[in-house]
Amino acid sequence: MHNKVREPLFHIVKRDTLPWYQAWGIRAIAIVLALLLCALITTLCTHLNPLKVFGTMFGGAFGSSRKIWILGQNLAILLCISLAVTPAFKMRFWNIGAEGQVLAGGLAAAACMICLGDKVPNALLIVLIIAAGIAAGAVWAVIPAIFKAKWNTNETLFTLMMNYVATQLVAYFVIVWESPKGSGKVGIINQSTEAGWLPQIGGYKYLLTILVVAVLTVLVYIYLNYSKHGYEISVVGESERTACYVGIKVGKVIVRTMLLSGALCGIAGVLLVSGTDHTITTTIAGGQGFTAVMVSWLAKFNPLGMIFTSFLLVFLDRGAGEISTVFGLNQSFADILSGIIIFFIIGCEFFITYRLSFRKPAKKEAAEHV
Amino acid sequence: MKKFVSMLLALVMVFALCACGSKTEGGDKAESKIKVGFICLHDENSTYDKNFIDAAKAACKNAGLSEDQYIIKTNIPEGQECYNAAAELVDAGCNVVFADSFGHEDFMIQAAKEFKDVQFCHATGTKAHTEKLSNYHNAFASIYEGRYLAGVAAGMKLNEMIEAGEFTADQAKMGYVGAFTYAEVISGYTSFYLGAKSVCPTVTMDVTFTGSWYDEALEKEAANKLIAGGCKLISQHADSMGAPTACETAGVPNVSYNGSTESACPNTFIVSSRIDWTPYYEMVIKAVQDGTSLDSDWTGTLKTGSVVLTDVNEKVAAKGTAEKIAEVTKQLEDGTLHVFDISTFTVKGETLTSYMADVDTDADNTGDTEAIKDGYFHESEFRAAPYFNVQIDGINLLDQNFGS
Repeated sequence: MHNKVREPLFHIVKRDTLPWYQAWGIRAIAIVLALLLCALITTLCTHLNPLKVFGTMFGGAFGSSRKIWILGQNLAILLCISLAVTPAFKMRFWNIGAEGQVLAGGLAAAACMICLGDKVPNALLIVLIIAAGIAAGAVWAVIPAIFKAKWNTNETLFTLMMNYVATQLVAYFVIVWESPKGSGKVGIINQSTEAGWLPQIGGYKYLLTILVVAVLTVLVYIYLNYSKHGYEISVVGESERTACYVGIKVGKVIVRTMLLSGALCGIAGVLLVSGTDHTITTTIAGGQGFTAVMVSWLAKFNPLGMIFTSFLLVFLDRGAGEISTVFGLNQSFADILSGIIIFFIIGCEFFITYRLSFRKPAKKEAAEHV
Repeated sequence: MKKFVSMLLALVMVFALCACGSKTEGGDKAESKIKVGFICLHDENSTYDKNFIDAAKAACKNAGLSEDQYIIKTNIPEGQECYNAAAELVDAGCNVVFADSFGHEDFMIQAAKEFKDVQFCHATGTKAHTEKLSNYHNAFASIYEGRYLAGVAAGMKLNEMIEAGEFTADQAKMGYVGAFTYAEVISGYTSFYLGAKSVCPTVTMDVTFTGSWYDEALEKEAANKLIAGGCKLISQHADSMGAPTACETAGVPNVSYNGSTESACPNTFIVSSRIDWTPYYEMVIKAVQDGTSLDSDWTGTLKTGSVVLTDVNEKVAAKGTAEKIAEVTKQLEDGTLHVFDISTFTVKGETLTSYMADVDTDADNTGDTEAIKDGYFHESEFRAAPYFNVQIDGINLLDQNFGS
């Protein structure tokens, strides 16, 4: 009779909070393992030297001062959008509509540039662009917030759907503004007059974007950690009932936070349309509204941590592009490598929160049964 | 706090590394060897970009350039990324940069303004002759002639099917999947239609647009929609395999573009027209090597070898197609036949005797140049990129999908 319950090989046990160096140690191990797997796959599939491939990735991100600037600009935009979604996430409000909010902000900026480009002085135009971009982003975000606060609608679906509405709106206006008619592209707006283009600082195209986002990062960090609003957000996030009990108006916090979230997305839209690209397309946000979700989560909603998670993702993206150029590999291969690395990094968070407790050596038990 | 400091340290290390990286970059710039950069909207999965990439490789090989003397950047969107890619190519030592997509144009102009000693050549664009930059150039080919020839093959196939009793002459309808609704596409489908009409006078054509240069699902769906609507033969001006594979599945003959799709569609592929960019690339590379100047606008033709047709798929094409194509090619080459001969088409029931074309591109498509003289519409003569955007009788637009 062996009706004794067999002990499984391992249990999953929640850890106490790890000291920072152990947590980062686990992350480092994950990255090393990911790189090893990438190396293996590279060698097997392409017969290239994996060290060379990694070197190229690094070169793609940092190979020249221009590449570093581009990396900085890409990082800044992704970070800006991540900062935008973070207050909402901390409140457990799943804003996955950043893509649409950025598009709304960008569309408003483009509209100002096109319609007012030759009508108002440039300084005023830029003020109008910034105001319109922020307002448009905020409006796009606050609509689902109001519905959530008043009627408790599902914000995940609502914000997601708002993305598609924004995309179609941009598609519509691209047709209105396209040049030549029927080509489906707006082209660079005010290319000859540069009206409504955000100024360059000292000849550096992307410096302004980087500085703006750097300031925003600090502000959001302070807002979330040291302000009353920030505290209210985390209380609402922990438990709406508690928030009600201590007299926080949950609806008000939701609407206020989403206004902020949308406004930050609007700024990202303005930086893209008026600051660097000077055009508007349906893909100008390039899916970063969704990537930002990952950036924010990986950094556990810490704005300073997000500098590094967004850096990681942008680095992988820029490096991946370089791999496909240098080795003539399809972009998909580079995406596979990025995917592996991201998978390991996300996966290792599991081992930081939990640990595997293996079955005690079975020798003793076995001896008893003999 | 400790976490923050460690992060900061890591960042400093990273930037220290970049500093080293950038120094090595500057070193090999001094070499005066030619280096060529190519910017492509998509990669080899797009028939359009594959056609470019193949030509790029062939031209570099013919010019005797080694592997490290050219760089091909794929999947570059029509935005600031294009400017960045161009600038990076200049940093890498390129003396000449090519871009392949219509929407790259403004960003190439931005780069051309900044890097004055590098030549920027943009295929399919329209602005070089008005921007007047000495280092920015447009190029296109008289692909409407190629499409006309492909249209002849299509018309002959329809005739064959009518003779075989598959349908009557007045049911001869073709379908066309277009990307966008501007001159490049309009000129293309009109010349294709006129080619077919020259041998099959009763033919009509339905056109539908996808609003994207590359969207396999949409193109497939569009082709299926046309087939369901009674189209007996399909052609397309969009860059995926969507339409050809839909035709293969449905067993409907297909006239392709950008290159042969015979291997994937052996039972339906008839012939394909394409622009061979190799002669243009070779010419530009040679000019840059010799230090001679380039035209702001260059039109490739049948004669320069820029407009070519693939081999006819004898299994599907009507008998005598190859011979007929050869005959019409000769007529086009010696000028006895013009694709947009005004006696061969009508607009709202009337012959078109005057048309102001929008040669100097502006947002409202204002006509600025009289394009009809000597009895035909002079396409690709005042500038390389097409400007024929007339809606002629016999072609029915099903929709006008401009964007995504």
